Amino acid sequence: MSDIIVRVVTRLMIPYLQLYGLYIILYGHNSPGGGFAGGTVIASSLILYVLAFGIDDEDLRLSPSVARIIESCGALAYVGIGLGGILLGANFLSNKAAGFPLGIPGRVFSGGTIVLLTVSIGLKVASTMITLFTNIAEKEGEDES
Amino acid sequence: MTLVHFLLLLFLVVCAFFVGRTKDLISATIVFSAYSLTMALLWQQLASPDVAITEAAIGAGVTTLLLFAAISRTRRME
Repeated sequence: MSDIIVRVVTRLMIPYLQLYGLYIILYGHNSPGGGFAGGTVIASSLILYVLAFGIDDEDLRLSPSVARIIESCGALAYVGIGLGGILLGANFLSNKAAGFPLGIPGRVFSGGTIVLLTVSIGLKVASTMITLFTNIAEKEGEDES
Repeated sequence: MTLVHFLLLLFLVVCAFFVGRTKDLISATIVFSAYSLTMALLWQQLASPDVAITEAAIGAGVTTLLLFAAISRTRRME
């Protein structure tokens, strides 16, 4: 697809889409949203980029190996933050009981580990969505790799 | 229940009926996207904006793209 209108509109829209996704992820504990919804918005912006500028170009899209590494890092960060609660002498994923600072309610960096948990969920969901799309949409012959 | 809610629910039922009835899978995907968008509006009216954001992103965005990719790998008519 090489339509000039599609490419220009996509180039104008993608920063706002990604900013909105980051807003949903970072304010997941104060307002509606969270890791899953924000990660999906970021993933759909990257899918839109791939759709507008061509899926066959290997340099443009996020490669599957990088997506796999990001996905694993998201899951491992979630489990690691959960195990941090055990190491500090409380239950799995415990927040205030393990001594994490809660901050002022309403700020971005409040609520202890919840911000880090939503960021890791957002990374995992975004890379999973991109992997799903590229696995389905790429052409025949590349599947055996 | 206001008139807007009634119209949205009616449109939802009509969309769901035509998704099941049509033989053209691309038309079915587009109508299903409209169904998801109406469903997101209804979730917001039901005072659950978290579900509304997720429905708009998943239902109207990613699901449509995945169904289009699947249709492009198979055939268009049922």
